[in-house]
Amino acid sequence: MIAMKNVHKTFALRDGEFTALGDVSLDIAENEFVTVVGPSGCGKSTLLNILAGLETPTDGQALVNGRPITGPGPDRGVIFQQFALFPWLTVRKNVEFGLRTAGMPRKRRQARAQEAIDLVGLTRFADALPKTLSGGMKQRCAIARAYAVDPEILLMDEPFGALDALTRVRMQEQLLDTWSRERRTVLFITHDVDEAVFLANRVVVMAAGPGRIVESVEIDLPHPRTEEVRLSPEFAALRNRVWTAVYHQE
Amino acid sequence: MSVVEAVPARAGAGASRPSPRRRTRRGLLPALNVVSALAGIALWWWASRGSATVPAPAEVLTRAGELIADGTLGDDVLASLRRVVLGFGLGCLLAVPVGFLMGWYPVARGLIEPWVQFFRTIPPLALIPLAIVLMGIGETPKTFVIFLAAFLVCVVSTFQGVVGVDRTLINAARVLGAGDLTIFLRVVVPASSPFILVGMRVGLGSSWATLVAAELIAAQEGLGYRMQSAQLYYDLPTIFVGLITIGVLGLLMDRALLLVERRLTAWQERRA
Repeated sequence: MIAMKNVHKTFALRDGEFTALGDVSLDIAENEFVTVVGPSGCGKSTLLNILAGLETPTDGQALVNGRPITGPGPDRGVIFQQFALFPWLTVRKNVEFGLRTAGMPRKRRQARAQEAIDLVGLTRFADALPKTLSGGMKQRCAIARAYAVDPEILLMDEPFGALDALTRVRMQEQLLDTWSRERRTVLFITHDVDEAVFLANRVVVMAAGPGRIVESVEIDLPHPRTEEVRLSPEFAALRNRVWTAVYHQE
Repeated sequence: MSVVEAVPARAGAGASRPSPRRRTRRGLLPALNVVSALAGIALWWWASRGSATVPAPAEVLTRAGELIADGTLGDDVLASLRRVVLGFGLGCLLAVPVGFLMGWYPVARGLIEPWVQFFRTIPPLALIPLAIVLMGIGETPKTFVIFLAAFLVCVVSTFQGVVGVDRTLINAARVLGAGDLTIFLRVVVPASSPFILVGMRVGLGSSWATLVAAELIAAQEGLGYRMQSAQLYYDLPTIFVGLITIGVLGLLMDRALLLVERRLTAWQERRA
């Protein structure tokens, strides 16, 4: 479904250049939930931006369903850490944004937006402006906006990074719940090892200088991932393994 | 005084009500405004008593009545407003697209910015002699300098607004399938509207200032002209009527634009 082959990405700086990604290869299968974890500066956001079509690789190939990525597309939904809601639009209008650009007729657009809003539990706040929402609600609105276009792939860039710990755990559970029902392919970026292990089928660990993949850990924990799973010794073992890979890099 | 004393009583009234401190402040500010205005007028009246030149408030009020009755004040206000509305309207109308061009296309910025920055350093009034020579003594030179005053302020703030649009919002629109035109109309325009409106408010202020000065130099009617001719006859009450009218009209126009601004940018997260 997603294939990155020997992707390099360098940015031109005032003096010389900065290698964000040096030779990254990654395959993600359909319906897989992959989390990418690594220290800041390891190029994990660059990797996501390339897949989103917001950046182009300097060298190598990035493919979706066998076709090279030339720009953003409706097959890939993106959720940003900073929510990126349009503050002048209500929740409903935010969710309808992508449907409007796709030229969906009004009736269908409204119905589809309502479904997405209901799915993330914002029914009561559909006509509220973003400034009146809490952080968790803002991010749920952003998720609804991405779901509404019905993308096959969800690219999530530290989506829960700005939320408090409790909201964060709730959002993780909700995300897994929707994922197990809808089975989209997900690439989820985080710097939180617990989050990475809890959500994923596979955790990809990256290192900085230059950005590269150092380890890939299969997570064979059972679904649904309940609190019991989170507290199990199997979870702890996997978390320790990922932790070591992230924080004891050469 | 009584407002302040009432605070403890209100605080006990119920937790669901808005904070009493806040409500007190809300009522207190306009009250202070009125007190301050009345004190100012009293001070003026007191100063006029001991002076042979400064007219008393009552005298100015009488003159205002006369000027309104014979239609002079109405005609002057209309003449002045016509100039400012036309010049300011044209200035904003041009400033918004030019500001967008500068913010969106680096080439346009490189070509236009030196001129904007250069003319910004020249007070529009300094251009009046040139404008009169080139455009005659009719309405055109006056409208032109007002236009320029409004344009220069508004173009800079529009440009700043466009440059400052959050990159993440543009990316969010792009991944939702928006093309350049959609991004421009549905993201850049609304996101920079607070800047444009602030630019318009400041631009209106500087248009109004320029207008009155332009009329002092060359006009056959208008508030500035009226004061200028009153000066020749040592007619202080008329000068006072002119000044107060200019102040009140400027204030009213600013409030009107502020109201529009509040309505159009209510989505913004404000601190107060």
